[in-house]
Amino acid sequence: MTDQRIFKATPTANMPSYEAARESFSWQDAQDRLDGLPDGHLNIAHEAIDRHVVAGHGEQTALRWIAKSGARIDMSYQDLQHLTNKFANVLRSHGLQQGDKVYALLGRVPELYIAALGSLKAGCVFCPLFSAFGPEPIAARMTIGGANALITSTRLYKRKVAAIRDSLEALETVFTIDGAVPDTVDLAPLMKDAATTFETAQTGPEDTALLHFTSGTTGKPKGVVHVHQAVVAHDTTGRLALDLRPGDVYWCTADPGWVTGTSYGIIAPLTNRTTMIVDEAEFDVARWYDILQSEKVNVWYTAPTAIRMLMKAGADAIGDRVFPQLRFMASVGEPLNPEAVIWGNETFGKPFHDNWWQTETGGIMIANYATMDVKPGSMGKPLPGITAGIVDVKGDTVTELTAPMAMGELALRPGWPSMMRGYLHEPARYDKCFKGGWYLTGDLAMRDADGYFWFVGRADDLIKSSGHLIGPFEVESALMEHDAVAEVAVIGLPDETAGQIVKAYVALKPGHDPTEDLRLDLMGHARKRLGPAVAPKDIAFRQNLPKTRSGKIMRRLLKAREMGLPEGDISTLESDEK
Amino acid sequence: MTDQDIRALVAQHLGRIAPEIPFDSIDPSEDLREECDIDSMDFLTLVTALGKDLSLPMPEADYDQMRTLDDLVDYLRRNAA
Repeated sequence: MTDQRIFKATPTANMPSYEAARESFSWQDAQDRLDGLPDGHLNIAHEAIDRHVVAGHGEQTALRWIAKSGARIDMSYQDLQHLTNKFANVLRSHGLQQGDKVYALLGRVPELYIAALGSLKAGCVFCPLFSAFGPEPIAARMTIGGANALITSTRLYKRKVAAIRDSLEALETVFTIDGAVPDTVDLAPLMKDAATTFETAQTGPEDTALLHFTSGTTGKPKGVVHVHQAVVAHDTTGRLALDLRPGDVYWCTADPGWVTGTSYGIIAPLTNRTTMIVDEAEFDVARWYDILQSEKVNVWYTAPTAIRMLMKAGADAIGDRVFPQLRFMASVGEPLNPEAVIWGNETFGKPFHDNWWQTETGGIMIANYATMDVKPGSMGKPLPGITAGIVDVKGDTVTELTAPMAMGELALRPGWPSMMRGYLHEPARYDKCFKGGWYLTGDLAMRDADGYFWFVGRADDLIKSSGHLIGPFEVESALMEHDAVAEVAVIGLPDETAGQIVKAYVALKPGHDPTEDLRLDLMGHARKRLGPAVAPKDIAFRQNLPKTRSGKIMRRLLKAREMGLPEGDISTLESDEK
Repeated sequence: MTDQDIRALVAQHLGRIAPEIPFDSIDPSEDLREECDIDSMDFLTLVTALGKDLSLPMPEADYDQMRTLDDLVDYLRRNAA
């Protein structure tokens, strides 16, 4: 933690004064900024696209797509309206009705954005999957959600879906965007023939719109349910926390396979009528600086892993590029270390504004703002309309800790529009998140005397790698499927670039030797099932893993030992590591 | 170093990062990260290992010259004199 402050001199932003905005804010006012549909209906896609066309902004570029090759395709709000209408018509013609689940497994290509918004228009529930997932995470997420349709590419279908297709009982149609392979439908000709008009489904504010999956410490991934009403929060948090203004060029580097890439990579930028930059390629230092300069990006929302990689490349990598249009930079995914905030300030003349939220909160909850002083390393202060606290949970009793820098669980008062409405099929798991009138986030934090919040760590064993939440159980389960594995524990270890990396400790069954060949075989086994985003980056062999009397592996102890930290309470340890 | 030596070295390091991908199955003219299903972190590990073995700085600003396997081999041959 640091006492350093980055002062803000020019209060020209959507929110000139944080305190005044908190005082006067109401969610009803936020709702009134949107159009809505007749009779109290509300649809995210209408607020993102159609109302701008109606208001005469159809010619404005909504999405500029940059292909890996560098080729650019611009889509105006009018184009996006027509294309999403076409997609909604294609869904209907294939029997998909309001409430059906449409999944996407795609890289950052235009079809992904068209599918997301077209599905919402049709009143379908949209669920994006990260294209770097392997078949197992994909199968788990499609089964839990009951996917009725999938849009993907022939390449991803063949590599990741074909083999699990038979297990997906609800899945009727797979659209492929680049031709067809057996059991898929070629989307392009259908899009070409579909009508450009479609009457947006009359969805209610509480109808499910989006399904996002997040990892749990034990058991299966959780399907987080978000409703159309969430658009009120997407729109307002985009305006207040990211300072988005109509006409801005905005670049969110997150993949829509994660919640950031949907809430702030599709919805908020469009409801705020910006021009979104979408880059198909993966992170690349020179390419990113080129995009910032040549696209004249005004607002840039990225992640700590990327910022740390830019830092590593050094300011020299910028060369003679200049970014006079760059007005606001923000970061999310995991806490941004103070050095990175300061580096941003020195390199770009403005700091990265860290903010905090979760899949469950649907939108930014705590943030650093354009007109508020930044304390490097802090996640900032709660958004107007959001009440956050530090609490101590003992059994069913929740006590708010108000002393400055008291450490406890970060908690929020429920009731904002983008709050999750449930974990799919798991009401008990959902109920457990709420106690004593608070939503408990599972993150440990502190609040200082000025009201700034500071992240401390996860209260559980979840791993945050490159901004992605990874459940150890999912990784352990995949490794357990290997014939040689007797037991396995997976933890996150600190990494200066990724925040944490996934490491697995494996004890082998009798008759198997801990050889380098076997280690590589296990790595490959995990990567094939889980994909590179989830699979362990390192595997170590142990003869035995530390366990409690009830046989539960003590991940915490493995981690403390690996990091040379105190072992803490080991009274429940029965069988120790060897 | 010959082209073959360089390819063998890349194969060796890729074999540690993505052991499930047979080196022969990689299309050398396609995006390497996609061909091997590796993410940015894996790519960084690969480049760091190659740079160490060849005593080559391989700055991140050059990564766009290493998009495909052919590009990468080409880059290494040109720079690892």
